[in-house]
Amino acid sequence: MATQEEIVKGLADIVNEIAGIPTEDVKLDKSFTDDLDVDSLSMVEVVVAAEEQFGVKIPDDDVKNLKTVGDAADYILKAQQV
Amino acid sequence: MSPTNRTVVVTGIGATTPLGGDSASTWEALLAGRSGVRLLEQDWAAELPVRIAAQIAVEPGEVLPRPLARKLDRSAQFALIAAREAWADAGFTAKAGDDPAVDPDRLGAVVASGIGGVTTLLGQYDVLKEQGVRKVSPHTVPMLMPNSPSANVGIDINARAGVHTPVSACASGAEAIGYAVEMIRTGRADVVVAGGTEAAIHPLPIVAFGNMMAMSKNNDDPQGASRPYDAGRDGFVLGEGAGVVVLESVEHARARGARVYAEVVGQGISADAHHITQPEPTGRGIAAALQHLLDGSDLKPAEIVHVNAHATSTPQGDVAEIKALRRVFGDDVDHMAISATKSMTGHLLGGAGGIETVASVLALHHRIAPPTINLAQQDPEADADIVGADPRPLPAGTIAALNDSFGFGGHNVVLALRSWDN
Repeated sequence: MATQEEIVKGLADIVNEIAGIPTEDVKLDKSFTDDLDVDSLSMVEVVVAAEEQFGVKIPDDDVKNLKTVGDAADYILKAQQV
Repeated sequence: MSPTNRTVVVTGIGATTPLGGDSASTWEALLAGRSGVRLLEQDWAAELPVRIAAQIAVEPGEVLPRPLARKLDRSAQFALIAAREAWADAGFTAKAGDDPAVDPDRLGAVVASGIGGVTTLLGQYDVLKEQGVRKVSPHTVPMLMPNSPSANVGIDINARAGVHTPVSACASGAEAIGYAVEMIRTGRADVVVAGGTEAAIHPLPIVAFGNMMAMSKNNDDPQGASRPYDAGRDGFVLGEGAGVVVLESVEHARARGARVYAEVVGQGISADAHHITQPEPTGRGIAAALQHLLDGSDLKPAEIVHVNAHATSTPQGDVAEIKALRRVFGDDVDHMAISATKSMTGHLLGGAGGIETVASVLALHHRIAPPTINLAQQDPEADADIVGADPRPLPAGTIAALNDSFGFGGHNVVLALRSWDN
């Protein structure tokens, strides 16, 4: 199971690939939409890539609650333990 | 603003083609008579009856930032590259509004493609079948929709006066430019970025066009395969890329001190209403478009010294076009240097009208008509002065050029350009 630090690092690589944002700028308090140039369509790509990387399921209805990198990291951390 | 009949000029050009990554390298290659046609090296091409195409010279992934490129179909990537070149070439330094020389509410974009995002559509269907629902890109719809190139160019330059996508197969690029001219003439816009793009080099379109017996199967001699007006022509060669121009009212261009390449004198449009793919053999529909052009503008047949012909290298189409020119212009055709640049670029379908308008503008600007390569033995039925292997100087004084584009469905679009003395 990945730690929170490993999840953030993984999300940083995904956001870098999809939106071109430098990995060091992807931090817990950053908003995907407002800070990281991830629009609603690109967020779907982020979610699918994260599901694959961390072996979790993120239902569509939960995606709207993942506003920041911290939200996503916490969600993935909990989902890993199910 | 009330309707007007304003003069429209070309103030910027851009292209990315099988001959070069911009308009300057494309023009240089055209004058040098270089062919952009190559054998397709991809695995998928190995067993196809047609294994040749004119692929882009500079891959768009080398030009556009990766996060942007991955959200755009290849046709929109080409359009954006060509539009950005044209925009900068026109002297604009930022998008409309940020550059105070152009008002976003007076700026339009009209960029067309014949087929739309066909490689995205087919590629994502492969993803669905092979990798499942979850892996289909959420960008698929905005990538494959045919208005995507136009919309993305419009967003990039901040065009708010209207963004349009006329679709008429291989006449799409020319129809887009004609539509843009009308937007300016009737007062809807002062500046419009217009052109055509296409990216259809994929096994399905190649097989489908091949099964129509429309394409050259000259796999043994790729560079000799596209041979408009030659007696041995056996069909077109598929090309990809985009050509875009910046059109502007002459008042707007003068007010900002812009360099003018040429005037757009007018356009003629008609439909054959004959057959969904076959050209009307006597050239009646094309002749009607040419006549509408003369009736609706101050163009004089005597000033036309150059024609960038549609001439795709199909046995029927090339001849029908010449017959139509003869029908309308009679002996005046004798002083027209006719070039078939598809002999070098291949046929860019909806992109053709874009890159051929760029070529026509440069032919007037530099006063030289590009060559028609592979013209070994001219078809006697093509009774006109076809520029052969060497480019042809054009005369001094006020001169005009035509750019013809025709599309499956019987669409005929003729654009007329005139030299401009800055």
